[in-house]
Formats: sequence, structure tokens, C-alpha cells
Amino acid sequence: MKTFVCIKYVPDTSEADVKLDETGLGVDTSRFSFDINEADNYAVEEAVQIKENHGGEVSVLSIGPQSSEVTIRMALAKGGDDAIRVEDSRIFEHDPLAVAKVLSAAVKDQDYKLILTGCMANDDGNMSVGVAMAEELGIPHASMVKQVEVLDEGKVRAYRELEGGVMEVVELTLPAVLTIQTGINEPRYAPIKGIRQAKKKELKVMSLDDLGLPAEQVDESASKIKLNKMYIPEVEAKAEFIEGEEPEEKAEKLAEILQKGGLA
Amino acid sequence: MGDVFVIIEHRRGEIRDVNWEMLNLASQVAPEMGGNVVSVLLGSGVDEFTEKLSGACDKVLYVEDALLESFNADKYQRVLSSIIDEHQPKIVMVGHTAQGVDLAPALAVEKDLPYLTELVGLRIEDQKPVGVRQYYQGKVNAEFSFADADTYLFTVREAAFEPMEANQKGSVEKVESPLKEELDYRKFIEYQEAEVGDVDITQSDVLVGLGRGVREDKNMPLMEELAGLLGADMCGSRAAVDAGWLPHDRQVGTSGKTVKPKLYFAVGISGAFQHLAGIKGAKTVVAINKDPNAPIFAEADYGIVDDLFKVVPKLNEKLNEMKG
Repeated sequence: MKTFVCIKYVPDTSEADVKLDETGLGVDTSRFSFDINEADNYAVEEAVQIKENHGGEVSVLSIGPQSSEVTIRMALAKGGDDAIRVEDSRIFEHDPLAVAKVLSAAVKDQDYKLILTGCMANDDGNMSVGVAMAEELGIPHASMVKQVEVLDEGKVRAYRELEGGVMEVVELTLPAVLTIQTGINEPRYAPIKGIRQAKKKELKVMSLDDLGLPAEQVDESASKIKLNKMYIPEVEAKAEFIEGEEPEEKAEKLAEILQKGGLA
Repeated sequence: MGDVFVIIEHRRGEIRDVNWEMLNLASQVAPEMGGNVVSVLLGSGVDEFTEKLSGACDKVLYVEDALLESFNADKYQRVLSSIIDEHQPKIVMVGHTAQGVDLAPALAVEKDLPYLTELVGLRIEDQKPVGVRQYYQGKVNAEFSFADADTYLFTVREAAFEPMEANQKGSVEKVESPLKEELDYRKFIEYQEAEVGDVDITQSDVLVGLGRGVREDKNMPLMEELAGLLGADMCGSRAAVDAGWLPHDRQVGTSGKTVKPKLYFAVGISGAFQHLAGIKGAKTVVAINKDPNAPIFAEADYGIVDDLFKVVPKLNEKLNEMKG
């Protein structure tokens, strides 16, 4: 069975403050390193494990700039067989429905059984692309999946992680879309041999024209949402910040506060 | 019609908190569009909820159908699609939850609706909605307006709005279910309970919460030492659990536990809202993080902006001295 795994190339902003670019409609990402989106990394691993256990192929699909090819090759090194990178500046990427349309156009004529993608992108956090793809393609879906069992008779059992850690177990008829939650597996590191092999694997670059998708369906003018502006929210820092020249001084002051409060 | 429809989320006999928050948000915008706040309730054996809900909105529309006994995104989509066609609400709100994100994107595609996710703000300007959502885990806000449409679909962040107080007397109307039979392509099998571990962190008085900033397994002894000195149990964010530093039952946040310790000591946690939602009940929150704009500082009582690997060893030393 063939699995498509959709991945996104995102900046790592987890431990840094972000600043807007001069347009005010985007973030200045020049200082950040980019890598595969966290949940997508788990989706790649899940796709490769399904291939190892049930046979088939894994195709990697991504919308991203040329610089994202390093990340795509890494997914190929882990067990992906080939890849498609869609690059077209006309895609309005703020709209998850536009992104879903583009990805769907890339897979719709292919013979596949599963489409996996991360349940959330760490940059926009829309949690929507996978489920929107399922609707575009007219196939079933399950989101936020924390365990997958491929069954006989063209079915898959998916364990959806709900609030409080409760699992909702559902059975879907294939082909289907699963959006993968982090923690579902332990993503492997790419083996050296795999990295070597990945260089020779096919990585097709496609534009909207190549996909046969009119830009007027997925560009900014097509979108029903319009980004007015971005701004850095004022964090109402409720916290009393403990100041000091050195970490040691801050640690000392904090220890005293904890002691006074009867907390240490 | 300028009605605002709130899709009620319930599971196993309980109405989830996000509903009351959405009803409150809906009550702020519906009057400006000359519409009503309508709770839309789908399920089986849900009559009992209608009275409670009618106290917090103008009207409850409910669909009672054995086929809706458990949540199924596809069945919900079919029912809601027909309700939207018939009632033409101006705005439809769905919780940005495990249930909501399984449903809303497909509904948006099917009905070709303007769709914005995880609202943290919504206002009406010239009869039109303007929504605010966040990027980069709360570090950036983005304001969106929309193309003209009969209906707009939004998912709403949990715990971002105050809950609605139930002091109204709304009407209740039953709607026929459009469902005819089970769907063969998606079947609900069962719910499985969360695993139970050795320590119940919901009962802990002192917690050390670990986040991505702890970086590596090899830094855990330093954290364990801190926890030991504070008499704390250890817990963490999703990132800390995914990394394998802590078992699943130690995860704090929307997909984990809600805790209420006297002291919550957050180390290397930036404070994604999913995590913050789990520590709202903590009495005192202390946070150490390198990023002065980390959202955790909005929830913290005391904060240190610094490298945790420089602060924690010194703090451990100091706490040790105080003990001795």
C-alpha cells in the first residue's frame, strides 16, 4: 500500500522571541533555523513503520522553498521512496483550505491507501489541513491519532487522543487521511546509508501549473480570509521578575522568596 | 438572519467547558448583528442538557438520534450541513478541541465557508466579523477579516473567554435528524481510559513542571534534584512527555491532567495555551525561561529570565543550604 506523508518546513521559534518583518504581515524568520514540523516528523516515522510492517511505498509531499529539500531528503533517508515539492509563490499559505487544495491536487490521481500528516503545524497551529484534504478528496479521516493499526479488508483502526488523555477508537475504510499526534512513536534518526541513498531518490518539483490547479483557486484573492495585520501580543506579565546581575543572585533571591512563602 | 450558532460539545454525559465560553463570546457579537445566540446540540439522550443550555442562550436547537450516540465527525458534518442550509446562521462556532478540529475543516470545505481557527478574539465591524488568532504558540497575533458570506465558520480556543452565566430563559426546539443509517466508512468502536500511573499529579501539593527547555535526558538528574529539594512530584508539558523524560500520566494540559498544586515550578516551559490551561488552578507559579516574552510569564507569580542550566544548579545549592 502506498502512503503519502505531508510535511511542512517550519522555523523553530520555541525558545526565542519573534519579531515581525517590515510588511507587518509576517514574521522575520531570518534568525531561525528551519526543520520538519514536529508532528510531521512523527507522521513520517509512522508512514515508514507501516511500510516496514505491511509493505508498500512512502511518498513525501511538501509545499516549501528550495531550502526545504534538505528536510525532504531527510524524510527520504528515513525510508521515504520519493517526494514531491510544490513551490509556487501564489499559494496563500495563511489559509489552511488553500493548502489542503494544493496538496489534494498533488495526490488525487495517484493510487494511495493512506495520507498521513502532523495534526498541527507549530507555526500557524491551524490543525486543519489533513481533515480539509480528506473532504477535498472525498475520503474518511481521523485527526489527532496516537496509535494506528492497519487491519485486513482495507481498513485502519485509529486511536484519537482526546482531552484528558482519553482515546476515541475509530475504524476507517481506506483510503483515508490520518493526522498524527506527537508522541505516537519514537522518530528514528536517519541512518548514514539512508542519507546516501536519499540523494538518488526522485524529488519532483511542481508548480500549480504542473498540478493543473488554477492559481485563482488557491491564491490570496481566492481565499475567503484576509490577513489584516500581525502584531506581538502584550503578554500581561503577571510575574514579578526576579532581577540580578548573575544567575546565582537570582537563584538566591528565589530561594528566599520560596522560603518566606513556606514553599521550601 | 444574524444568528450565532454554537455547536455544543459533550462527551459521555458531560457538557464541556468550552461551550459556556463560546456562548459568552456569541452573546457579545450576536446583538451587533441583530441575531440570537443558538446552542446546537446533537446526540442521543441529550434532552437533559437542553434545560441547562437554554439558561445560557436565546434558543436551543437539538437533534435527538440514536445514530448520534457517540461523536462521529462525519455524522455531525451531515447534520450540521443540513442545519446550516435551513437556518442560515451568520456565524457558526465550534470548539478548537479534539472534537472540533475533527469536524470543522471538512465542514468548511464542504460548504465553502470563510473559516478561521482557534479564535482568541472576535468583534463585529460594519456588520462583519473580524477575528484574531495566534501564530507560533501565542507569540504573534494575527487579525483577519473575511469575504462577504452568508455564514462564517470559526473554531474557538478553549479557556480564552469567560464562561457564560446561565440566567436566561431560552426556547428549545427539536429538529428532525437527517441521518438515515450508520456510515460504513467511519465507525466508532470505543473510548479507552487514560492510563493510571504511580503518582496522581492532580493531588500533588508541589510540582516541578518540565518543558522543552530541559533539552536532553541527561539533564533530568538536575531536575530530579530540584524536585527532591522542593518535595515536589515531577510533571511536564507534551514536549517533555513526547521526549520520553516522563510517562504519559505526568502530562499537564488539555490533553493531559489539570493540576492544582500550592506551588507549580515551571522549568523550560514556554507556556503553550494547552499547557497553561492545565495549571490555572495552581496557587503559586514560578517560571524559569530564557525568553522574556514566553507566555508562561503571564501565568507566573515569580519569573526568572535566564538560562535554566545556570539558575537551577545555584538554586539547588541554595535550597540545600537552607535545609542544612
